[in-house]
Amino acid sequence: MQAGRYSTYALLALVLIFPLLDRNNSHIDFLVNAGAFILLALGLNIVVGFAGLLDLGYAAFFAIGSYSYAMLASAQFGLHVPFWVMLFFAASIAALFGILLGAPTLRLRGDYLAIVTLGFGEIVPQTFLNLGQWTNGPNGIGSLDRPSAPGLLLGAPDWKLHLFGLNDATPYYYVTLALIALGVLLASNLQNSRLGRAWMAIREDELAARHVGINTTVTKLSAFALGASFSGLAGVVYSAKLNLVSPDEFQFSVSILVLSMLVLGGMGNIWGVIVGSFLLSFVNGFLLPQSTNLAHAVGLNLDFTNYRFFLYGAILVGMMLFRPEGLIPSRQRRAELRVALADAGVAAQEQAEYEGPPRT
Amino acid sequence: MSFFQLTGLRKTFGGLVAVNDLSFSIEAGSIVAMIGPNGAGKSTVFNLITGIYRPTSGSIDLEGRSLCRLRTDAITALGVARTFQNIRLFSFMSALDNVMTGRHAQMHANLVASLLHTPGQRAEERRAHERARELLRFVDLEPSSHEYARNLPYGHQRRLEIARALATDPKLLLLDEPAAGMNPREKDDLVALIERIRKSGVTIFLIEHDMRVVMNISERVTVLDHGEKIAEGPPEVVRNDERVIEAYLGRADGAA
Repeated sequence: MQAGRYSTYALLALVLIFPLLDRNNSHIDFLVNAGAFILLALGLNIVVGFAGLLDLGYAAFFAIGSYSYAMLASAQFGLHVPFWVMLFFAASIAALFGILLGAPTLRLRGDYLAIVTLGFGEIVPQTFLNLGQWTNGPNGIGSLDRPSAPGLLLGAPDWKLHLFGLNDATPYYYVTLALIALGVLLASNLQNSRLGRAWMAIREDELAARHVGINTTVTKLSAFALGASFSGLAGVVYSAKLNLVSPDEFQFSVSILVLSMLVLGGMGNIWGVIVGSFLLSFVNGFLLPQSTNLAHAVGLNLDFTNYRFFLYGAILVGMMLFRPEGLIPSRQRRAELRVALADAGVAAQEQAEYEGPPRT
Repeated sequence: MSFFQLTGLRKTFGGLVAVNDLSFSIEAGSIVAMIGPNGAGKSTVFNLITGIYRPTSGSIDLEGRSLCRLRTDAITALGVARTFQNIRLFSFMSALDNVMTGRHAQMHANLVASLLHTPGQRAEERRAHERARELLRFVDLEPSSHEYARNLPYGHQRRLEIARALATDPKLLLLDEPAAGMNPREKDDLVALIERIRKSGVTIFLIEHDMRVVMNISERVTVLDHGEKIAEGPPEVVRNDERVIEAYLGRADGAA
């Protein structure tokens, strides 16, 4: 136990000083993107992991967060809302859309809910694509405002301290890290609260939940809203660093990617979700491009990044076969899945016995 | 005005009349049973009371307040709790969490308090935790606090469901076949438990098939057949009522 604690501290310390150890900006840049996806995964985990509402269109809220920043903090409309205000603002806008898109799905469960959210996931980027006069359509919005550090607080003579350069991802790294820490704190607080228990209860038995006085409408909408607010934060950081948003960043594959992160890491478990999310980002943003470079260096004309979806698929199938509860599962999920699998096994056996021995 | 009153309650599903012109009242602090053959509409009456179904006509009043247009969670908050014929616990939550979830309507932590774990929220959690432990003790399940509800033996699950219902601080507790599947010993324990619940000030309305249980504890019995009340009164009177015997056993002249 003690050793485990020390290695956790060592890992945290490493994460804190990493940009000082590794001065390669592309590495830091990659880590910021990975961090944005950790935020997304933490948010989706509230909806899918805690409340059990299968959302296949989560990228829509990422898009809404990103476009909020792009429209309100750029030359697009000449509005230059400060980055720090936008964090709060975009989270609120995304939460509002979480409620708006969640409301029509309240009566739906399981497959039906998944299909409707899938539809929303398609509608939102299409809308941004087609509202050309506001969003520049397929070209997206560029030259977004860069955050300025609150200079006076840091001892500078002026409020606007330009720490956030175009070619230095380090300040974004620390912003993302702080947001993740906040996200973990809020998500674990939620999990151990009246609201967290209500989500779990709805996931287990909605009818029984109503009978202990849970207003399922409010409870589900709060899951959609809070989950979406995380992706609002992710959208702001991600697009501010990238300095650009365009509709093709928010395709269906992004929703599936984030969901795969939950499946890989362990749905419902905050640490599992972080690990799963980091691993997939690592494969996606680092391992595949690097192996492609390596292949090119030795004269092989191979582009491994083209095999990305093949790899996601393989990971999902592998996980479902060998460790369906994820790498670091929540206790509850593991128990649920073990029982479900055992029941399926018994059913299969009964079926086999009923049909008699296999014919050869 | 009685404590709890059904007046001219009627529920139809298409052409099927599930409950027809049912009226009766329950006095505060009493134990009342509803019996009747399978399909008589007993569970439908419970579902009407807790707002799962809307009555086609008629009214349901608790302490003079109509429950007819309210949502299930609001009805629970007003003081009506229930258990289910086929147990509906939160299977993969611990026994303690099941009961704590039952405190939901009595707790007030809002979204911000839940996010930040404010001192008020923490104090409320502690109180809910204590109350849940108390209730588990009350139904003799304290040693199983941290077991998943699903892993408890059947009889314990029934008692846990009662504890969860009691956690909502009900005035009226609806028990849907609480003795189903229990052995004689467990039934005796259940009867004692129901008596203790009544002593704590909760009015009890139960559906039960086990006549020994019904005759043992209820002060009044209402008999339902084909959605209609065919008899009502103290158990010893109802037991000898001809229409009741006929509903259960068929007619003596062999026509049934």
